[in-house]
Amino acid sequence: MEKIKSSSQLEHYRESIVHKRDVGKKVIRLCNTGCRGRGSSKVAEALENQVREANLDDKVTIKKTGCHGFCQIGSVMVIEPGNILYQKVKPKDVPEILSETIVKGEVLDRLLYRDPKSGEKIRREADIPFYQHQSKTVSHNTGKIDPTDIEDYLAPGGYGALDKALTTMKPMGIIETVEASGLRGRGGGGFPAGRKWRSCREAPGIIKYVIANGDEGDPGAFMDRSLMEGDPHSIIEGMIIGAYAIGAHEGFVYVRDEYPIAVEHLSKAIKQAESLGLLGEDILGTGFDFTIRIITGAGAFVCGESTALMNSLEGRVGEPRAKYVHTVESGLWDRPSTLNNVETWANVPLIINRGAQWYADTGTDTSKGTKIFSLVGKVRNTGLVEVPMGINLSEIIFDIGGGIKRDKKFKAVQTGGPSGGCIPMNKIDMPVDYDSLKQLGAIMGSGGMIVMDENNCMVDTAKYFINFLMYESCGKCVPCREGLKQMHEILSNICEGHGQEGDLELLQKLASFMVDASLCALGGTAPNPVLSTISYFRDEYEAHIFDKKCRAGVCRNLFDYYIDEKLCNGCTLCRVKCPEEAISGEKKKPHVIDEEKCIRCGICFSLCKKEAVLVK
Amino acid sequence: MGFEKVDEILENYAYKHDALIGILQDVQRLENYLPQETLQYIGRELEVPLSRVYYIATFYKSFSLEPRGRHIVKVCLGTACHLNGAVQNLEQVERVLSIREGETTEDRMFSLETVNCVGTCALAPVTMVGEDYYGAVTPGRVEKILSAYSTGSGSAEDGKD
Ligand SMILES: Cc1cc2nc3c(=O)[nH]c(=O)nc-3n(C[C@H](O)[C@H](O)[C@H](O)COP(=O)(O)O)c2cc1C
Repeated sequence: MEKIKSSSQLEHYRESIVHKRDVGKKVIRLCNTGCRGRGSSKVAEALENQVREANLDDKVTIKKTGCHGFCQIGSVMVIEPGNILYQKVKPKDVPEILSETIVKGEVLDRLLYRDPKSGEKIRREADIPFYQHQSKTVSHNTGKIDPTDIEDYLAPGGYGALDKALTTMKPMGIIETVEASGLRGRGGGGFPAGRKWRSCREAPGIIKYVIANGDEGDPGAFMDRSLMEGDPHSIIEGMIIGAYAIGAHEGFVYVRDEYPIAVEHLSKAIKQAESLGLLGEDILGTGFDFTIRIITGAGAFVCGESTALMNSLEGRVGEPRAKYVHTVESGLWDRPSTLNNVETWANVPLIINRGAQWYADTGTDTSKGTKIFSLVGKVRNTGLVEVPMGINLSEIIFDIGGGIKRDKKFKAVQTGGPSGGCIPMNKIDMPVDYDSLKQLGAIMGSGGMIVMDENNCMVDTAKYFINFLMYESCGKCVPCREGLKQMHEILSNICEGHGQEGDLELLQKLASFMVDASLCALGGTAPNPVLSTISYFRDEYEAHIFDKKCRAGVCRNLFDYYIDEKLCNGCTLCRVKCPEEAISGEKKKPHVIDEEKCIRCGICFSLCKKEAVLVK
Repeated sequence: MGFEKVDEILENYAYKHDALIGILQDVQRLENYLPQETLQYIGRELEVPLSRVYYIATFYKSFSLEPRGRHIVKVCLGTACHLNGAVQNLEQVERVLSIREGETTEDRMFSLETVNCVGTCALAPVTMVGEDYYGAVTPGRVEKILSAYSTGSGSAEDGKD
């Protein structure tokens, strides 16, 4: 491949891509990243084989894309023209999709999404309520393009921002634009990106680095995964622009160990960009050099923290450093370094292309632009959603998310990852932005939004996060290492029925100590889940401590399973499968659980087709 | 065994100290765990103290110092999975395989691990066997999923979400 050496060559190349595309051909866009968990690779294989066998190559293009967002209904496929969305596609559906929709242009009713509210089948992707309330901006390419083909990114204008930045803007001008846009970091802290870049540019030193944080350690969050897998070039383009602005020639993407597809797609994207001269030496003939290397993590949550990440990049153990020296002055190998989250980087080309004002027009006074959230847990429509900053939590959960699964009662939404907070029903009309969430005792974090219902215990939830953080604490500083251990012990006691009066006050006291004295934000924000649940769900803690009851049916020592004799049809399944032989009963007669023998393993509860096993 | 393959890995990374994590990852991919002799060899070749090699090998969760089974069962304990009953699934896997988290069955067929999130939260609770994902797992389904692997018939196709 010949390298592109100027703006006009880039334009020519872009035109040639668009020109050679056959507009008469249908396109099938199949998610081949997130939906792999639902077997979409098999669907892709079937499609490719059968298209070849039936000689349909001139009729249809199969695009294996990134995540479409609506993971609940995967494997998701969209057919153009017509924007027809097929849900839950299986390999066995492929012959009919090809013979009916591709060849004859007929829509297969049975594969369409049915709106649970109206009961109507919806044909177009864009008309589905889940998508209607969103503003896909940063994620506009994911689900649309083939992330392994740079031509797909280039065709609609990709790398145009890079060209504009390198050929028409001065580094300081780029920094001023990013500052004026109001872009804040998407990885957790929400620090203004432009200000970080300026400090790094102004820091003394010849060698500087830019780094993309793709560690995505927050459990329940997968928006960074979707960007790295579904639109890797947007991150790369953002990083090159940032590097040029800051004066860096080397960059790194730090990717979580559990994301092999992200590594694969990023690697391909880097190679392709290099071969076209968009990355590497003398980018676009401007004389600017920049290279990117991918480094994978090895399974440590704390490595998402900026200084721990840099230690890990240096081949060390991922322990944080003290922050009296800023990483923008002395970061990786003690050189000025700019670390931003991958979603932050992916915003940059948009800002350069469309201007700071356009960007700042969306959002609230202090939180600009859009944000991708991963909406998971007990919500009906799980998936990735991109919304303007400032939207209400209830709009996300009820309008986009479709409310709670199986019509259970909403209890809380947890935002911000393990060190975020739980927000109760009476606060869900609050806008989602950095500052409002903080006021509520939660944080934006990286964008995880985990919905809980009446069957989730808030004490157990707090214990879950503290347990997580206790294992992930690197152990370097005492407040975090020991504080988490003590908190975990107190919470475990409460969950096991050994809670005592004064436990909550003790937890609060420990919390304030950890906030003040921890080395990094892991310990500093770790008490959030405990503090927020105590403040909003105190009654639940008290039921555990004083009444020894877990009404949600989660804490083993504090509830019993029983079988409702009216619902039980005596199928014997639970009796046969009970590992403790704690269930007795005759065929076709109601069964009974022996509470003494029951270990509350949940097998009978999960197996019963009549939902006759209940909690008391 | 000789260390030719390990030499190759070290050469790929130009014997750089800062590549130690990547080197160990490649070795683990090769050997399925980090054998003691190999760690000693790497320490010698790179001229880094063995204590540092072990510091790294024991800090990061994805490294194993013990040989692992043919099928790695990963029970996801991410938040969405936790809320949907992942712990009960973990316990059921432990019961069915008669091993605890972090252990390997005597016949080296299965190793049991937990992960913090595999990023497929819509399928929660998720358990992975090797590269295969199983979604909406319940304690009642665990035995069926695992038996497909122990009988050698590959993945439990019908059980897959
Ligand atoms: C314990 C801990 C874990 C973190 N994990 C991540 C992560 O997985 N991804 C991320 O982008 N930022 C993470 N952060 C935030 C980073 O330290 C840093 O603020 C961020 O990457 C900067 O980029 P941004 O300004 O674009 O958000 C973490 C912070 C802490 C304290």
